[in-house]
Amino acid sequence: MSPEKLDLLQGTLDLMVLKTLATMGSLHGYGIARRIEQVSGNEVLLNQGTIYASLVRLEQRGWIASAWGTSDNNRKAKFYSITRSGRSQLSADAHYWERLSEVMERVMSMEKAVGEKSGA
Amino acid sequence: MSRLLQLANRIRAFFRSRSIDRDLDAELEAHLALAIDDYVARGYSRQDARRAALIHLGGIQQAREKHRTTRGLMTLDIFFQDAKYTFRTLFRDPGFTFIAVLILALGIGANVAVFSVVNTILLRPLPFADSGRLVWIAPPPSKCGMSCATYSTDAYDEFREHTRSFTDVTGYFAFSGPGNLSLSFGGAPIPATGIDVIHNFFQLLGVNAAMGRTFNAADAENGAAPVILLSNAWWHTQFNADPNIVGKSFDINGRQTTVIGVLPTTFDFGSVFAPGTKVDALTPLNLYGPPRNWGNIITMIGRLKPGVTLAQARGDAAQAVKFMCWNNRRPESCGTAYRDGVVPVSLKSYVMGRLRRSLIVLWCAVAAILLIACVNLSNLLLSRAAARSKEFAMRSALGASRTRIVTQLLTESMILSAGGAIFGLLLAAILVSWLAHQGSIALPMLSLLHLDGAAIGWTVMIAVVAALIFGLAPGLRLATGNLQEALKDSGPGTGTGRKHERIRSILVVSEVALACMLLVGAGLLLRSFLKVLDVDLGFQPARAAAISVDYDDSVPNDKDGSLSALKRSAIFQEVIARVSALPGVEAAGIVDYLPLGQNRAWGTPLPEGIKPPNKIPAGPLVYVATPGYLRAMGTPLRGRDFAWSDGPKSEQVVIIDAAFAKYLAGIANWTDGDALGKTLVNGKSKMRIVGIADDVHEQSTEENTGWQIYYPATQQGPSGAELVIRTRLQPSALATPVLQTLREMNPKQTAADFKPIQMLVDHANSPRRFFMLLVASFATLGLLLAALGIYGVIGYSVTRKTQEIGIRMALGASAQRVERDVLAGTLRLALTGVALGTIASLAVARLIATLLYGTSPFDVITYLAITVGLLLVALASGYIPARRAARVDPMAALRSN
Repeated sequence: MSPEKLDLLQGTLDLMVLKTLATMGSLHGYGIARRIEQVSGNEVLLNQGTIYASLVRLEQRGWIASAWGTSDNNRKAKFYSITRSGRSQLSADAHYWERLSEVMERVMSMEKAVGEKSGA
Repeated sequence: MSRLLQLANRIRAFFRSRSIDRDLDAELEAHLALAIDDYVARGYSRQDARRAALIHLGGIQQAREKHRTTRGLMTLDIFFQDAKYTFRTLFRDPGFTFIAVLILALGIGANVAVFSVVNTILLRPLPFADSGRLVWIAPPPSKCGMSCATYSTDAYDEFREHTRSFTDVTGYFAFSGPGNLSLSFGGAPIPATGIDVIHNFFQLLGVNAAMGRTFNAADAENGAAPVILLSNAWWHTQFNADPNIVGKSFDINGRQTTVIGVLPTTFDFGSVFAPGTKVDALTPLNLYGPPRNWGNIITMIGRLKPGVTLAQARGDAAQAVKFMCWNNRRPESCGTAYRDGVVPVSLKSYVMGRLRRSLIVLWCAVAAILLIACVNLSNLLLSRAAARSKEFAMRSALGASRTRIVTQLLTESMILSAGGAIFGLLLAAILVSWLAHQGSIALPMLSLLHLDGAAIGWTVMIAVVAALIFGLAPGLRLATGNLQEALKDSGPGTGTGRKHERIRSILVVSEVALACMLLVGAGLLLRSFLKVLDVDLGFQPARAAAISVDYDDSVPNDKDGSLSALKRSAIFQEVIARVSALPGVEAAGIVDYLPLGQNRAWGTPLPEGIKPPNKIPAGPLVYVATPGYLRAMGTPLRGRDFAWSDGPKSEQVVIIDAAFAKYLAGIANWTDGDALGKTLVNGKSKMRIVGIADDVHEQSTEENTGWQIYYPATQQGPSGAELVIRTRLQPSALATPVLQTLREMNPKQTAADFKPIQMLVDHANSPRRFFMLLVASFATLGLLLAALGIYGVIGYSVTRKTQEIGIRMALGASAQRVERDVLAGTLRLALTGVALGTIASLAVARLIATLLYGTSPFDVITYLAITVGLLLVALASGYIPARRAARVDPMAALRSN
């Protein structure tokens, strides 16, 4: 296993952010980034700065909302939370993602046919 | 839905960029603070924690950039940046900007103006409701003029009765001459031009009055009170746009006539049906009054029923022929008079006539101009790019992507092009409004010409296309240039420089080739025009003029017209005698129709005593003239002129033209084979040929004309009186004394126009002159641009080679030698361009063959003249840089780098 971290596929970060907000409730940008890193077991290569582009995109699409608030350790920060349309988008995207990863798994587990005529 | 929301938010973000940036900065700061707290909690020192947090964040600036790209309209952002930068650089180089915008404005302006003309005449439907269903119903073109292109009122009625394809058929009286109305406010009567139309004319065309109403059936009945519809222009000029004009009545041709309406500005009878003439008013034609017996007088216009095709309408019209009579009281004319002579064609194609090809050629010519302008600009930009290559290489080295650089260069081109388009549109507006007021150019619908939405759309389109054409080549060159080469202080003579020059040479060669094609086209058209001017018209237009004479030859109880003929001949004799006595007048005479104007035919008189041939050709055009008319017109005559003694009771005499005389001699059995002195028969009347006149171009300056026959005004009733005067002076000098003389004799004489005969000829030639002048001016413009291009390229190469020239001179090359070399380079470019241009011209010349007159599309003289001329211009434009090269001071050139 190479020690290099995983590069995120286009669009996957958005889904991760939505899922994180759906499970964790209201969270600030740093919190979301940390949470994703922790859940991924530090496998994901995440320039934390890129999370903000994702956040603004999701917010512009109306899937998350934001408001300034105060963190546990008394720091002023912007807190994001998922909206209703964000949740339905998440379920649609998650479903799509499951199907895609299933297909990917099946394709990747394909074995070289060694001339045997399989009846299956 | 979410996409739409996103777009809206993006647009909002674009305009609120500053406050969002502030928000983001605060957020990133909070992020850092939280991360630092985290790292400190994990045991980092404050300083290390900050460093680790920053690394983890991946750069604040990058985060900001990414945020901006995601949330806003990046392309627009970049565009504004580029635009700002472009404006700065353009203002820094006003000379370049001026030239570039000027070239583009000329190219685009010419294109938009021509597009407007093409759009008005060719593309746009006629200005009538559902005009695609309107048809012009006429016989195929023939030699006997308008009498063979019109129908009798009887035939009109039968046609309308016996066809099923048309919702209705209308028409107008085709023989109204200019100045046929005389409007009197008490003082000197004012001449105006009116057309009699059948009462359903406006309903059929779908034209409503701007004020008041159009005609109805009652207006055209026997004994109806006279009414008149004013054209919008006449209402403005003559009646000061009086808002209460409807219902007022005026003395017109001696009868109190009520104004029933004013036509809209969009309706101009002249511009559609009689290009180049002004029609002031329309009056209803009484089909059941005297016109019943005037023979062929009506042109027919029909509106097809929905779903009926033109082919069906043609079949329908052809079957109606058997019911149509020239005159219902002459049953022998029924079914025969209009055989093969009732053919509907679309009104649009009738109005457009043969202009289609001319317009397309014109369009191609302006397109070529635009292309030359683009090539020129491309060249200018290339030399600018050469100077800026280091700037771009630097930006490239600092991380600007190729697309980014090309985008920026394209933005520059777009901005230049937009500037060109704005000034071009102004130029086009001036040109178009000038053209719209050229009432004397006989092109249809010219008066309706204006810049409309389509023209503006066209402007935008060609501006964008032009920008792409002239911006892309230099852009790609710059963006693909070798970074290292450019960044190193590349001296002259390096590879890129030479490649650069090759591209510029190719551009100049293509420019010269295009200009050569334009010039050849213009040259051929010019030669054709000169040939047309050279045509022997059969009369001498110079130093002759005509004026309409009002007279009253009515005699009560005149049974056979002989009393009125006597009265008329006395009036005409006195008019001619008194006008001839004016100083400067060489000859004077009266005719009813002038050449190149109206005409009619009265059937074909044939030699006495022969069996009529099977196929009798269309009759000669009829002119009723007084003694002296032919001499005043400058038409040579064999035999004798009419005399005042040729009275109504004496022998009937005629003069015919040479071509008709030749035809007659061919079918007759005259011993001497000469028509002079022989007798002709036409129905019941006999007439002796007393003179044979030269053939006159009666209908067109260019084409073979119909035959002519002249009747003496002392024996036949003329349709009017045009006094023709030949003078030793400028014709205009006689205008006042002639009118004064006419007034003394007849106080009711209208203040008619004094028309130089040359003006009639010019009017007939105006479409050709118009196209020739336009193409010639485009060609001149093309030549200028090509010369500019040559100058630019040679000048640039001289500048670039200053050092090389210095070395050569230091090694003993003479100034003449250097100059000759530069000129040889110029000549090489020009020769290549001219050769390519000539080949291309030969290939496409056939396309304009139909527009030429008496000139071959491969006319050697034109080609030679253009080739030599272009080479001379090329040499002249290369001469200035050549002189500069010859004056290079070797010492100075070698020292400087």
